[in-house]
Amino acid sequence: MRGSRTLEWLARIPLIWYLAFLLGPLCLVAVTSVLTRGPYGGVVWSGSLENYIRAFDPLYLKIFWQSIWLSLATSVLCAFIGFPVAWAAATAPPKRRAMILFLVSIPFLSNLVIRIYALKVLTGFDGPLSYLLTAFGIPFDPFTLSQNQTLVFYGMATTYLPFMVFPLFNALERFDYRLVYAAEDLGATSTQIITKVLLPNLKRPLLTGILLVFIPALGEFVIPDLLGGARTMLAGNLITDQFLKSRDWPFGSALAVLLIIFICLFQLVIYFADRKRGENT
Amino acid sequence: MERSRPQPPAWVLLVFWFAIAALFLPLIVLIISSLLETSGGDTRFTFRWYEEAISDPVLLPALGRSLVVAFFSAAFATALGTLGALALYRWKTRGYQILALMAALSLALPELVLALSLLSWFALIGLPLSLSTVVIGHITLSLPFSSLVIAARMKALSPRLDDAGRDLGASEWQVFSKINLPLLKPALMTSFLLCFLLSFDDFLVAFFTTGAGSDTLPVTLYSLMKSGLTPKLHALASLTLIGSSVLCWLLLRSRLKDEAASNEFVNE
Repeated sequence: MRGSRTLEWLARIPLIWYLAFLLGPLCLVAVTSVLTRGPYGGVVWSGSLENYIRAFDPLYLKIFWQSIWLSLATSVLCAFIGFPVAWAAATAPPKRRAMILFLVSIPFLSNLVIRIYALKVLTGFDGPLSYLLTAFGIPFDPFTLSQNQTLVFYGMATTYLPFMVFPLFNALERFDYRLVYAAEDLGATSTQIITKVLLPNLKRPLLTGILLVFIPALGEFVIPDLLGGARTMLAGNLITDQFLKSRDWPFGSALAVLLIIFICLFQLVIYFADRKRGENT
Repeated sequence: MERSRPQPPAWVLLVFWFAIAALFLPLIVLIISSLLETSGGDTRFTFRWYEEAISDPVLLPALGRSLVVAFFSAAFATALGTLGALALYRWKTRGYQILALMAALSLALPELVLALSLLSWFALIGLPLSLSTVVIGHITLSLPFSSLVIAARMKALSPRLDDAGRDLGASEWQVFSKINLPLLKPALMTSFLLCFLLSFDDFLVAFFTTGAGSDTLPVTLYSLMKSGLTPKLHALASLTLIGSSVLCWLLLRSRLKDEAASNEFVNE
């Protein structure tokens, strides 16, 4: 850049901001993770790997495993719903596409807590769902109706669907539909069009979508907390509790570091899956 | 003109409508129940809950705080995002690759990790938790989004416009304020709206970094919700939802406008 020192100085502010309020805090978490919890919940400056050893206790491994399973299941569920949604959106008339995108992005841009709240209204005591079930004489337990695993999936899938739809929509929007016409002319069934024409061209956006759903889903704590009831303990709740309830910041930090390591590993797997595909074609 | 596109099979459209219904059913139920009052077995239409919600001594200030936080974090994130985008794509200032890396890092991080690391950080540097710490958190949260939106527009602008300005004797500052900024205006608007929404809807970062007595609306709703749902909360939730949707619609329109404007000065 030529000239102006003021601009040169200004241009550094975003970088300084990231160092001060992103990289600094992250490094602090890494440091805290090898420290010890003080007697009154503070942090004592004595290093040990105890927190990491403790994290590999079967109890915590099970919680981590449940989170991974829930996030993977959410990703797959979002892929199965997201593909038809993106396809329908991309083939709609151009003017309606914007409307559809708006409808799909409402969950992304509207308040998570409020959407969960709405689900609670739907399934709660005196809610429409319990009213309907009573009217049809279907027996149900009002407590499990508003807090169960299916609801957790429902909440997760509706929350993370946009992350799957956007990359798929982008690809399908630019897709060369002459290929689909050609396949139809050659007598392909709709299943063949999906498996032989569309999906082979959608691997990258699908992988992107899975990554975009998986990462935030792994750290999710509000949805299982409010919809799953007391029985669902996930990595998100576990870590949050260490910070806000039991005040064991070193252990919480160690768990957060493990979460980040796992996410990096998962990204590597996706990266290599993507590269292998590139070599094959 | 675009060619017509082959219609997907019927089941695809079915799944699509099913998904839209699944997204909206709870929201519609929420809004309807916020408008109903049941007394003695009969149900009627009322605005009573809305009146109670907006005169509530706990809920109204929480909504106000959320709006203030959203406004300031959106303004700062957009300003920083503009500088970041300029540093990345125009000026190539020293260390701009690190800037790109930081933005990618912040996008790839689960919000929970960002929230808890900020909490530890504020405790270490001795910054008491308050609304300002929430604003700081939200700026970090939305900064990469703001940079992305503004950078997308910047890439569409021809650097020859800057060169033309310099040829005519403009200083670097004038190039920035008289050429870059005006052309970036639609993108700045989009970025502001997006960051506003991101902040207004955020729960996790606010939950971790808010001080006593300065809970934002989502945090307040979360804690009130644990002790039960009331029609007053229905009304407030509906109100916020409608507000978010209107902003979301404005955001989409501003993005479309931004795209249309980008086509005026494209790189050939």
